[in-house]
Amino acid sequence: MTYLLLFLEFAKISLVCVGGGYASMPLIQASVVDSYHWLTLPEFIDIFTISQMTPGPIGINAATFAGMKIAGLAGAISATMGFVTPSIFLCIALAKIIFKYGELGAIQGILNGLRPAVMALIAAACIGFVLLAVWDVEDLPQDFFSSANPIGAIILIGALIAARKKISAIKLLIACGFAGLILGNLF
Amino acid sequence: MDKKIDAKFYWTLFKSTFIISMFTVGGGYVIIPLLKAKYVDEYHWISDEETLNMVAIAQSTPGIMAVNTAIMLGYRMAGVLGAITGMFATILPPLIIISIVATFYDLVAQNEQVKLVLKGMQCGATALLLNVAIDLLQKQFSKKLILPIVIILATFIANIFFNVNIMLLVAIDGLIGLFFMRDKKYS
Repeated sequence: MTYLLLFLEFAKISLVCVGGGYASMPLIQASVVDSYHWLTLPEFIDIFTISQMTPGPIGINAATFAGMKIAGLAGAISATMGFVTPSIFLCIALAKIIFKYGELGAIQGILNGLRPAVMALIAAACIGFVLLAVWDVEDLPQDFFSSANPIGAIILIGALIAARKKISAIKLLIACGFAGLILGNLF
Repeated sequence: MDKKIDAKFYWTLFKSTFIISMFTVGGGYVIIPLLKAKYVDEYHWISDEETLNMVAIAQSTPGIMAVNTAIMLGYRMAGVLGAITGMFATILPPLIIISIVATFYDLVAQNEQVKLVLKGMQCGATALLLNVAIDLLQKQFSKKLILPIVIILATFIANIFFNVNIMLLVAIDGLIGLFFMRDKKYS
């Protein structure tokens, strides 16, 4: 029964979670820690840390990890499938509507307004990413220059130059991983 | 789009999305530059505008943005089967990685070398996101249309400085588009 409950809980979280992986964290916490007591708060904080460190979308990582801790591999699969099942129905339904009526002026108008909005949100996400990469914080630090992490700054600038020169994204990420390992051990 | 949708196409879609998800370090937005590099720049399966349309819808749909984006793009390229392929290709890597990490949690989470590699990759992911933001903004600003630029600046400021809810911003920008941006020049 735990599996079904996990599936349903995460399906519920997915339906009310809008606006990126970080938005899902408090919801997952409210469910698995506060209402069901499947995990303790320190265990949940571990999940948050690991989800941020490991590759993969953060929400999926958290769902998988929580499911794994609660009920093993089958629990991980139940939680993750619960987390994405509403999405597949919602997205396909929306996509169908867009492609069927996409030529209509109204839908074109909405999409024309949404594209610049997405560009702004991507740019806004960049700010948070840069802060995390160079300063290891999520808000603007007081001591702007002294608290900067030079290794992070060097890798970021180097990677940006490489990205502007259209180097393959995956190769770039692997190279950055090596750079982090080498520079981190040297200094 | 003049590609043949056969078993080989689904395999390519699965394989490329799987690899992309594996390298999505640090949150949903990172999947945008990676998907764009593969589908738009390398395979020419879809255009920049279509990708942004899909991201806009994925962003405003409940659930995990990276998964929603993969579902929408999969659907755009190959219908329902494409959507399901995209979904599984996105959730499998974190499912596998996290299951392993969860088993050896202490070994991985406390390992300094692992942290250094991930830190480097995080900087690389930031550079990729910045690169896409620069590309998109350059393209949009060079069109010299007032309304999209106003939307970009206002949405950016509202999100960064005033923490306005993303859903609200997307809804307002969609309405602006619906009423004022039906003209062909905005598409």
